[in-house]
Amino acid sequence: MPLLTDEHRAWIGTADPAVTVEVTRRDIQKYAAATEQQQVRYLQGDEAPPMFIFNLFSEIPALNKLRADGLARGGGAGPKLPLKRIMAGGTEIQQHRPIRAGDVLTGTRRLKDIYEKQGNSGPLIFMVRELAIIDGQGAPVMTEIQTSIAR
Amino acid sequence: MNINDINIGDLLPSREHQASNVSLFLYNAAVWNPHRIHYDEAYTTEVEHHPGIVIDGPLQGDWLSQVALNWLGEQGSLDRFEYTNRRAAYLGETLTSGGRVVSVDRAKQEISLELYIKNGDGDVITPGHATVHLHT
Repeated sequence: MPLLTDEHRAWIGTADPAVTVEVTRRDIQKYAAATEQQQVRYLQGDEAPPMFIFNLFSEIPALNKLRADGLARGGGAGPKLPLKRIMAGGTEIQQHRPIRAGDVLTGTRRLKDIYEKQGNSGPLIFMVRELAIIDGQGAPVMTEIQTSIAR
Repeated sequence: MNINDINIGDLLPSREHQASNVSLFLYNAAVWNPHRIHYDEAYTTEVEHHPGIVIDGPLQGDWLSQVALNWLGEQGSLDRFEYTNRRAAYLGETLTSGGRVVSVDRAKQEISLELYIKNGDGDVITPGHATVHLHT
């Protein structure tokens, strides 16, 4: 019997509110040092490595909004799933141009797809989220597609 | 770097990665990730039942992307990159990143790379792919 209903699928295409961030040279330098980059353009903060976008457009909650595990309460919008154990699937990044110090970027995350499959040990629900990143002129900078799997 | 000198099967330089308490603290501060499994050992083992402090999956994703970026240097761009965290890694493990060329399109100056992060047992815990092009 299928687990997903039309109510779940009605969320496809819905977006979280867009988030705008200013990228500073210092932010890039901190990230580059922590990840032990080897290219001078990253270490100097001229340009950001592609994985710099991880968590870049997430909310920064007040400390009293964090749970005992450190993560934020609540979380993003999305359908309530009939399966609760969430695993990371894969992450795919398309880079249209590198991020540079001084960029003002807007990221919009939307639910791109939700579907189910029968796995070896039971049903699996796949949620595919897309983060579209554009610059101040509206030109695409990067696109990130993340799949999470509920079982 | 000349596209005519690049062949399917060419190996990219491999690199060892040893996360430390300090490096994980700085990474999680830089990406603003407050999850305690990356810095609080008692909590991580007693409450979330991991064998040790967890090395972030996206940090391994970054190390994986660096295999391609460091190989290219200033001579090309990364167009597409994907990875999957298949298995967790813990503080104290030595991980190794590397990769190889899987296809070359000489007309488009485009190269596909298969990338990996292996643990100390030689198991691939984070596989990935990248598509890059060389500047003309």
